[in-house]
Amino acid sequence: MIPELAPAKACAAKVLIADDEPNIVVSLEFMMKREGFEVLVARDGRAALEAIRRERPRLVLLDATMPGMSGFDVCEAVRADADVRSTCIVMLTAKGRETDMARGVGAGADAYVTKPFSTRDLVQQVKDMLAKDTAARALATGSAGAGELPKDMPA
Amino acid sequence: MNFNRRLALVVLAPGALLGLWLLLGAGLLFAALGPADRAAVADTLAPLIDSHGMLVVLWWFLAALGAGFVAFRLYARYGEAPARLADATRVLAGDAAAPPLPPQAGTGMRALGEAINALAGQRRALQDDMARLIAEASRDVALQRDQLAALMAELEQSVVVLNLEGRILLYNARARALFRTLSQAPGGVAGAELIGLGRSIHAVIDRALIDHAREGIARRIARGDAQASARFVTTTPLGHLIQVSLAPVRAAADDKGDITGFVLLLDDITDEYEARSRQDRRWLDLSEASRASFASMQAALDMLDYPDLEPADRERFQAVVRDEVGVMSHRLTTLAADASHDMKTRWPLQDMLGADLAAAAAQRITAETGQEVDTVAVDADLWLSVDSFALIQALAFLAARLAEALDAPRFALRLAPAGGRAHLDLAFQGTAPGLDLAGWQTRPMQTSDAPSPLTVRDVVERHGGELWLEHARDGSGALFRFLLPVAAGTVAQVPAPGESRPAYYDFDLFAASAQSRESDERALSEIAYTVFDTETTGLDPAGGDEILQIGATRIVNGRLLASECFDQLVDPQRSIPEAGIAVHGIRPEMVRGKPTLPQVLPAFHAFAADTVLVGHNVAFDMRFLTLKENASGVRFDQPVLDTLLLAAIVHPGEDSHGLEAMAARLGIAVSGRHTALGDALATAEIFLKLLPLLRARGILTLGQARAAAQTSYYARLRY
Repeated sequence: MIPELAPAKACAAKVLIADDEPNIVVSLEFMMKREGFEVLVARDGRAALEAIRRERPRLVLLDATMPGMSGFDVCEAVRADADVRSTCIVMLTAKGRETDMARGVGAGADAYVTKPFSTRDLVQQVKDMLAKDTAARALATGSAGAGELPKDMPA
Repeated sequence: MNFNRRLALVVLAPGALLGLWLLLGAGLLFAALGPADRAAVADTLAPLIDSHGMLVVLWWFLAALGAGFVAFRLYARYGEAPARLADATRVLAGDAAAPPLPPQAGTGMRALGEAINALAGQRRALQDDMARLIAEASRDVALQRDQLAALMAELEQSVVVLNLEGRILLYNARARALFRTLSQAPGGVAGAELIGLGRSIHAVIDRALIDHAREGIARRIARGDAQASARFVTTTPLGHLIQVSLAPVRAAADDKGDITGFVLLLDDITDEYEARSRQDRRWLDLSEASRASFASMQAALDMLDYPDLEPADRERFQAVVRDEVGVMSHRLTTLAADASHDMKTRWPLQDMLGADLAAAAAQRITAETGQEVDTVAVDADLWLSVDSFALIQALAFLAARLAEALDAPRFALRLAPAGGRAHLDLAFQGTAPGLDLAGWQTRPMQTSDAPSPLTVRDVVERHGGELWLEHARDGSGALFRFLLPVAAGTVAQVPAPGESRPAYYDFDLFAASAQSRESDERALSEIAYTVFDTETTGLDPAGGDEILQIGATRIVNGRLLASECFDQLVDPQRSIPEAGIAVHGIRPEMVRGKPTLPQVLPAFHAFAADTVLVGHNVAFDMRFLTLKENASGVRFDQPVLDTLLLAAIVHPGEDSHGLEAMAARLGIAVSGRHTALGDALATAEIFLKLLPLLRARGILTLGQARAAAQTSYYARLRY
């Protein structure tokens, strides 16, 4: 169904879509742009990591199975890098086993979404996550004055 | 002599004593008289001595004769007879089978003799009983062992029984076949270096694994679990996965006795495991790929829901959906083609020669319908994987229904390969419009002998196959076609049970644990031997002659294991002199493509591991082996015995100790002379015959045999 059109310009957050399947990138890119996000696209894990470090997106929609560097690897690398550690990561994956999910969360994904999924739910989830992230950031800068964020944000 | 002198003494003594008694009496009387009377008596008697003296002597002689006769009779009865009786009794005591005592003279002696005979008779009966019981018992034991061996031989699973040291004391034909697939040795050996009575299982299965399993069992037994057994999976150098179940053998039947050994059930699960992994992999790949495709489609469809899409965008999202549908269809097609091979029915099917199945089915159909069945077009070499009972029942059922519906249809069974499967056709002449094929397939089968709960469709599904009715285009007839699985690969060649079967066990090895391992101390009768022979291109190994063939067999616990043989041709990588071919019959084309000696020797080394080497004039063969130590990387450093030298010890007088002469002398028939294996077998038999002869000469241990052989070697050098 049609996601509600949120006040787009107000939260023109930068979002990275990392997936090697062009067929899904087409839709996700189209939708996120419509939702008012600034959208970047990476076709494999290595490009995704580079884009994260260069562009500092607020949130990444990360496919788990990509050639070269897998989504899990990217996730681990991001969490290990102090500069980009606070990036929100939503893993989108075709790997549906419990063990895969445990690995994704263990590697540091904020949410683990198994394909196929409803795009409306995904957009809602992304928005909630960013809102929470903004609130936490404000709280953190307010109370401790540090940019550190709680990592285990519930999806 | 002694006896006669005593007899003479006994006979003469009464006369002599009587004479002495009379003379003494006369003397006393004479001495008692006064001088006057003495003179008077002397005067009176003196003239009488001349005239009547002879009368007195005769009188005495008569008395002496009578007394002598009586003494003789008395001696015969009370002296000789008991001695004879004692001797005969002693003989009886020594040998229960000796004849009974003859009837004795005299009542007392007769009674005594009868009493002794009765006693001996009882003892004989007792001994016979005992012997009979022992014979029966050992026959029972032998029977039970043979039954056990027969049972093992028929088992579908590989069974190996070990003693506590891990030495094999029983294995079945399956185990042998399994070990053949595990062997890295060249074809002529194939597994014989791994499995054999008295061999250690640790050559195949890591000792640590078995020890670990044994500890686990010991712990569970300590906790009171009487049925403790362990299970593990191990890999072999060739990459096979072997699943092992290990269960203890208890001394007593009530599972309370000490553990005396272990039973291993071995299963090669490589193929099964791979098939299952492949299937899992496929399932996982399919699910992941499908998720990705569905995600793309779902997202695209979600986008298409936007009412305000530009036509170009709409076209793009529709293309995504079309593309993903195409990709998924293609994926499923490939997967189905790929996976159907592994998708086997879960019903246990047995491998059967298709021709046998067709023959049995034809017989059954004839019995059922009275119609002859033509089986000309049956592929004679095709193996099927079938539930033969159910399938024959289904064929008979269909034929019976056809016979009811049609007038005397002519039946034919045909079998032909079709792709990876087989077509089994029940063809019949003529058609009838009213054939209720669908009904026949789903109705429980009812044939003459018994109703079956199965339907024809069930039988087909049991085989993971199909069944349909096919009409000939020319209307000449029709056929029921069963699509059946063929047997995968060739059926594992299991040696036919029979004469070789008893060689697969030796329960005496249960006891052979704590024996002295100090090799020279070991008794010759207890040692495991590898008896071998080689055929060579010539007599000079240092001058470039090479081994052409190695043959060997084993002796364990004094038994020749003719079924555990090593028989391998070797490529000498040089020419074979014509002169030698006349002897060993090995022509160049026979060894072409065979493994070379450095490839064969490690296998032979493994075959001979933990045994004493035996050969005839073995120094010759050993020289060839030693020269190849560097090339092959194996050293034969075990003790060696030479039947030639041992023969010289037991038959020092003979001048020929050649293999043939010795075989003839010891009564051994030699077959396959001048093949390495034939000569090795002959040597082994000679060696077994030599062992008791050596024992008679006080040579009991390996050390003694080696020392004696050395002496006879030097003795031979001297002459």
